[in-house]
Amino acid sequence: MKIIGLIIVVVTGALLIYAAADFPAWSDPASPASTYLSPYFIEKTMEETSVPNIVTAVLADYRGFDTMFETTVIFSAGVVCFFLLRISRREEEEPETRYYRHVLTGVTIQLKEGYKIPPSADFERIDAVWTPPDLIIKTGCRILIPFIQLFALYVIAHGHHSPGGGFQGGVILGASVILFAISHDLRTAVRRMSEKLIGILCAVGVSIYAGTGALCLLLKQNFLDYSALAGVLHVDPITARSHGILMVEIGVGIAVLATMIWIYNNISSAGRYRQGL
Amino acid sequence: MSEQYPALLVIVPLLSALVISVAGWVNKRLCFPIAVAALGVAAWSSVGLLFRVLDEGVIVYKLGGWSPPMGIAYYIDYLNGLVLPVVSIVALLNLISSKKIVEQQFPDKAGPFYTLYVLMVTGLLGIVVTGDAFNLYVLLEIASLTGYGLLAMGEERAPLATLNYLYMGTIGACFYLLGIGYLYIVTGSLNMVDIARLLPPLYQSKAVLAAFIICMVGVWLKMAFFPLHAWLPNAYTYANSASSGLIAPLMTKVMVYVMIRLILTVFTPKFVFNTLAVHDAVVWLAVIAIVMGAVLALKERNLKKMLTYIVVAEVGYMVGGAWLGNRAGLTGAVLHIVNDALMTLCVFLVVGNIVYKIKGYAFGDLKGLFAKMPFTMGAFVIGALSIIGVPPTCGFFSKWYLILGAIQAHQYGFMVALLFSSLINVVLFFRVFEIGFYEPFSDHEGHEHHPAVMAEAPLTMLVPLYVVAISLILVGLYTGDIVNHIVQFVIPKGFM
Amino acid sequence: MTDLISTVVAKYNYWIYITLMMIGLYAMIAKNNLVKKIVGMNIFQTAIILFYVSIGVKKGATIPILEHGHGPDVHHVVHAVDYINPLPHVLMLTAIVVGVATLGVALALAIRIYNNYNTLEENEILTQVREK
Repeated sequence: MKIIGLIIVVVTGALLIYAAADFPAWSDPASPASTYLSPYFIEKTMEETSVPNIVTAVLADYRGFDTMFETTVIFSAGVVCFFLLRISRREEEEPETRYYRHVLTGVTIQLKEGYKIPPSADFERIDAVWTPPDLIIKTGCRILIPFIQLFALYVIAHGHHSPGGGFQGGVILGASVILFAISHDLRTAVRRMSEKLIGILCAVGVSIYAGTGALCLLLKQNFLDYSALAGVLHVDPITARSHGILMVEIGVGIAVLATMIWIYNNISSAGRYRQGL
Repeated sequence: MSEQYPALLVIVPLLSALVISVAGWVNKRLCFPIAVAALGVAAWSSVGLLFRVLDEGVIVYKLGGWSPPMGIAYYIDYLNGLVLPVVSIVALLNLISSKKIVEQQFPDKAGPFYTLYVLMVTGLLGIVVTGDAFNLYVLLEIASLTGYGLLAMGEERAPLATLNYLYMGTIGACFYLLGIGYLYIVTGSLNMVDIARLLPPLYQSKAVLAAFIICMVGVWLKMAFFPLHAWLPNAYTYANSASSGLIAPLMTKVMVYVMIRLILTVFTPKFVFNTLAVHDAVVWLAVIAIVMGAVLALKERNLKKMLTYIVVAEVGYMVGGAWLGNRAGLTGAVLHIVNDALMTLCVFLVVGNIVYKIKGYAFGDLKGLFAKMPFTMGAFVIGALSIIGVPPTCGFFSKWYLILGAIQAHQYGFMVALLFSSLINVVLFFRVFEIGFYEPFSDHEGHEHHPAVMAEAPLTMLVPLYVVAISLILVGLYTGDIVNHIVQFVIPKGFM
Repeated sequence: MTDLISTVVAKYNYWIYITLMMIGLYAMIAKNNLVKKIVGMNIFQTAIILFYVSIGVKKGATIPILEHGHGPDVHHVVHAVDYINPLPHVLMLTAIVVGVATLGVALALAIRIYNNYNTLEENEILTQVREK
């Protein structure tokens, strides 16, 4: 296999090097890529969409259709991880011995098969092998997470004017929840944000994007033509494009947030939703 | 309304997939009807589009209202006008048939299953309808990712086979992406028609040559063209029959469509057949693909795996036909996309029914099946005859065009390979018939010779199967009309 | 000779991406461990991202975010030469997302395989498959 691999790599590499001979030099301002479409985007974006961040405008408007499917890609990944890994209650082994920990005193209780304590603030369910979350890490994360989330919201909302947008902000939001799950344990994180909520949020996020597009369709314009929203939002068609971009960015943010957590939950616990990492 | 068909075709399944995924959390029983309705709308719009193309010619739909090449546009011409209804109808029929399979195999996961199923169809339809090279990549990834998820749900070996598919599929998709990048770097455009307009002065460029090779290798990897086929048989065999019934007929055919689209629209036949002139070599590769597919199928002692090798051989038919570089060959290849999608669906639905009832698909499990499941096996006979190429089933006609093209191009090797593969198919299928007809039924407990009781698959599985089986004959009978009204306009002017 | 050296230097971004891509490809084909293959796959995809982003660079230009302005009534002249090409960045945002999604699915599959066979070494798995 190693020799075959080497041969394939050498042949492919040679082909790619051969092709690079005809490429424009690095950072050449006269290359076709920089002179054909890109001047249009750079010079017209402000005029046509009133968004100063050209990447955002091209991403969510000129090529907004790509971006919608990009969000769908991440949504499908979330669904695939759930579909493949999640062990449903029916498949799970017969009722096991459950362990609970009294939060205030730290006393651990072992209950025989089939018995359980109803959910309450006093007791938390733990695994047989349980490492207590470190106090310093727990407190540190607790202080950090609100700031991370605030920053994420800023990144989503300010995507029009600075680097950022739905994907970046969504990932940061998702990371804050994942940080919570790592610093505590997965059970605590799932109690805060249940599996069902995450699953529905994923779909809702993508629906906001596709729904905005479909709304334009209902308002007698082509799919994703945000200028159709002008009448609904009471603004001129160009500002409507800017608002339309904000709407889909929010949808992207929600979808990415939920999917990141969903994928993490399923992969870190191999679909069992116990302690996790 | 009808001017929005191109958008509806993709948007309705996408939105429905989202609704299904929510319904999976709320009420699982809603998932299946929503999926059927979504694919029904998609099928309706695709047929509507085909008729509009027949009336008006090429349809351009600007997404977001931006005209290409700034924005993304859909181009629907005769080629994808023909492929779209096939994709949506095949997906719809298999969906109806998969209801019972899902109930039997993973009732808890019906929600995510139908979500992925409809998303995959969205991806496939999007690949076929789009006129933007990069948009095609994104949709290809949707179809692939959902496909990995669907295929991995199956027997114990399914995840490993799927992971291998994922490696190969990712290499394929990335090669395609890289090829598009090469075209972008020399032309500055991503729109297929626009690239074709900008390319002619660059035909001698090394970058365009490399772009073509990389794109083709990528697409061949995805369609399992012979030396690159290793992932396919295991991935399709060990998957659950609901998924393999969707992916086996459609994924490879859609990739063949992409290849033809790249040749005809992006790189143009002039570049491929005149400037490059490597088509003889590719036809010989196709010959090897057909022969090896047939031989490897002969080796298998298990029905589903045998069929997957036939899929590999059929890919050879279509690649060879498209690369013959003449009118008859291309007609045969395009026609074979339609026919092979239907034939493969037919035999894989049969396997689905058999697995549903018998829980196995090895040759040993097929004993006495003609008595036990006469209707299923009846449809299997029709499907098998079509794959062999017996008139009046449709398989005969596309093969006829392919052989005609081979003779016109003086590619006698390809002609011999086609005939050889038909002969092997006769052996393959009559061996199955023999086991099913003459050998007495025996169940797993080993009670030999007990009288076969009829235990046919449920009606929701038989009806789609018979719709396909009858359509095999109908498409065969109307081949002349399809060629005269649709396929002949696919072929660009100046093609021999 | 000077010509050759100047070409090599002028196009160094291509050599880097080709090297990275081939490292990834080799890992995907030749490595025995399934997770190492997944890592190779990621390197492979990232190399393509590097390639695209390097297309967008333009000498003397800055990031494609215009200085200021709200609404269509702000008129200041924008010169295309001052800003780098935004399109590759847009495309690569998509490719990054696809890479993440593929990684997630691949890891999910790897977990399923590990649950079945208790190993991620391909040859050990194949021995187990053959024994059955």
